[in-house]
Amino acid sequence: MEEKKQVTSLDAEALSLRPMNLWQLAWRRLFRRRSALAGLAILGVLVFIAMTADWLAPYDPNLSMLDVENYPHEYAKRRVPPCIHLFGCPREQPQHLAGLDGNIRDEFSRLLFGARLSLIIGFSTVTFAIVIGTILGAVSGYFGGWIDNIIMRIMDVLLSFPSLLLAIAIVTVLGPGLINALLAIGIVSIPAYARVMRASVLSVREMDFITATRAIGGSDALILFSRILPNAFTPLIVQGTLGIASAILDAAALSFLGLGAQPPTPEWGSMLGAERNQVFTAPHLVFLPGLAIMLTVLSFNLLGDGLRDALDPRLAHEH
Amino acid sequence: MIQYIVRRFLSSLPVLFGILLVTFTLARVIPGDPCRAILGERATQEVCDRFIREKGLDRPILVQFWVYLGEIARGDFGQSFRYSMPVTRLLVERLPTTLELSFAALSVAMVIGIPLGILAAVRHNSWIDVLTMIWANIGVSMPVFWLGLMLAYVFSLLLKDTSFWLPPSGRLTPGVPDTPFYEVWNLSFPENGFLAGLYVFISRLNILNALLTANWILLKDAIQHLILPALALGTIPMALIARITRSAMLDVLGQDYIRTARAKGLPYHAVVFKHAFRNSLIPLVTVIGLSLGSLLGGAVLTETIFGLSGVGRTLYDAITARDYGIVQAFTVVIAIIFVIINLIVDISYAYLDPRIRLR
Repeated sequence: MEEKKQVTSLDAEALSLRPMNLWQLAWRRLFRRRSALAGLAILGVLVFIAMTADWLAPYDPNLSMLDVENYPHEYAKRRVPPCIHLFGCPREQPQHLAGLDGNIRDEFSRLLFGARLSLIIGFSTVTFAIVIGTILGAVSGYFGGWIDNIIMRIMDVLLSFPSLLLAIAIVTVLGPGLINALLAIGIVSIPAYARVMRASVLSVREMDFITATRAIGGSDALILFSRILPNAFTPLIVQGTLGIASAILDAAALSFLGLGAQPPTPEWGSMLGAERNQVFTAPHLVFLPGLAIMLTVLSFNLLGDGLRDALDPRLAHEH
Repeated sequence: MIQYIVRRFLSSLPVLFGILLVTFTLARVIPGDPCRAILGERATQEVCDRFIREKGLDRPILVQFWVYLGEIARGDFGQSFRYSMPVTRLLVERLPTTLELSFAALSVAMVIGIPLGILAAVRHNSWIDVLTMIWANIGVSMPVFWLGLMLAYVFSLLLKDTSFWLPPSGRLTPGVPDTPFYEVWNLSFPENGFLAGLYVFISRLNILNALLTANWILLKDAIQHLILPALALGTIPMALIARITRSAMLDVLGQDYIRTARAKGLPYHAVVFKHAFRNSLIPLVTVIGLSLGSLLGGAVLTETIFGLSGVGRTLYDAITARDYGIVQAFTVVIAIIFVIINLIVDISYAYLDPRIRLR
């Protein structure tokens, strides 16, 4: 399969002497797209922040400045705007790059820890949705008939609700909380993966190499998981990357409404939601978490678009 | 064509049934005791028993579902426990807010998104193209609630003393006359339930009501209040529309018949609008249909931020307060609107591309 793609693509690399597989080619193409590179760069920074938050953060994200030793109490007030010494903030005032929040905690530290949470949210919901969606889609496409009909009609019903509303309803049934919110978003995004997987299965099912596997006595499970699944991998990866973006957005929205992460968890959506009535008096507490959400979502969107173009053999010679 | 529409309509009936089943089940499995949620924590067992008997909540679940189907068929969504009024009336009062908001948001999205997309495609790789794509990527990544709050901050606070000031919340400034059209026209308020509902519904669509009654103060005020929510809600669809218009146009502009059209001496704008744009409409219609769905979801957030009591906000409140009647009715109505939008999208495919009808 990989051999074949290489020959049919008209990419210059494919014609070079050293053979390359699909993934090497994809990497090359990905690196040639400026937008995908930008996405990758933002994501790299976020992953770095998420991994080193304990070390980067100047304060404990859940610690009130009133409980910090030797902290000048006259500056430990609610919603103090950012104080950066480099930009002329008085030396005697403790430096807070993103100011203090409504509970006198260091907003910058909370933002850093929020990166970790957001990435976990994105990856875990999408992994959950991909696993369930792939199985449902594979079964549906492979066996066809009434099984296909039932599964896909259920998916249709799920898709006929605006996803955020359905997620809100599911969270209400399960009870508010971060884990339940993630579960709800995961459930809501299952249909997308089921559809992608089903379409891939349908396109591969009738091919000769499947018939050959069956002829030598391969079981349904073998055919599904080691013959068909690898062929559906690329659309799933693209869908998954873009899915992480929307999962992070939806999770932030649920937390904003008070249905997701609960205080004092440093989650961007709930940090923003907690201070939304203070937008006129302390805009930094609304602006910065939102900006963080936007950058994270943007990085996954850029990367997803880049991957789609890089992994699509039909676009091999376009830029 | 008619055959196609009928076929498409029939195939959406099972989905509608599924929606009814899901909303019914969801409302039943919401944890908590509906009686105590509505009558208060201190309601006695006796009162609760009577309450449950009266609302028919003690009957077998299948019977409840059957009764529910019958009621919906008659357009009767029952009573709201919390507001103690018929849910249908609540819907008639709240739906106009959301519809007005969604239409305004979609108009903003289309009026800005489509020309931007066309321009970016026609001037492929120019700075307009690059800027449009950067903007489109940022636009789809913005949290609706954040954008809404930031817009309110900029237009209501920073621009406070300029002529660009816009109100941060509500639908109308208190005191602005919003006499319903039927009073201005001296129509008697109808006895008939449906007509009465229709009258209230139309009069609650502020902009339409203002136009019907030539009330320019109301019109200006309503539009002023609508701009920020519509911008907040419309930005994601705007970005999506700009992107899809661009890529569809690029696809079409590269085809042979476009070169032929140019070669036979047609002016460029005629080629772009008559030949190219028409053929890039199908993906555009798909995206617009999909965005309408997300608009209804985003309406919950936008309505929360801008203090509008529309369908989204009411539904959210009802879910948290376990008001079965509202939850069932509003989700059903939203899902039905969604199904109808999809139906319209499919039908417009068939209109735009006659080949689809024959499949």
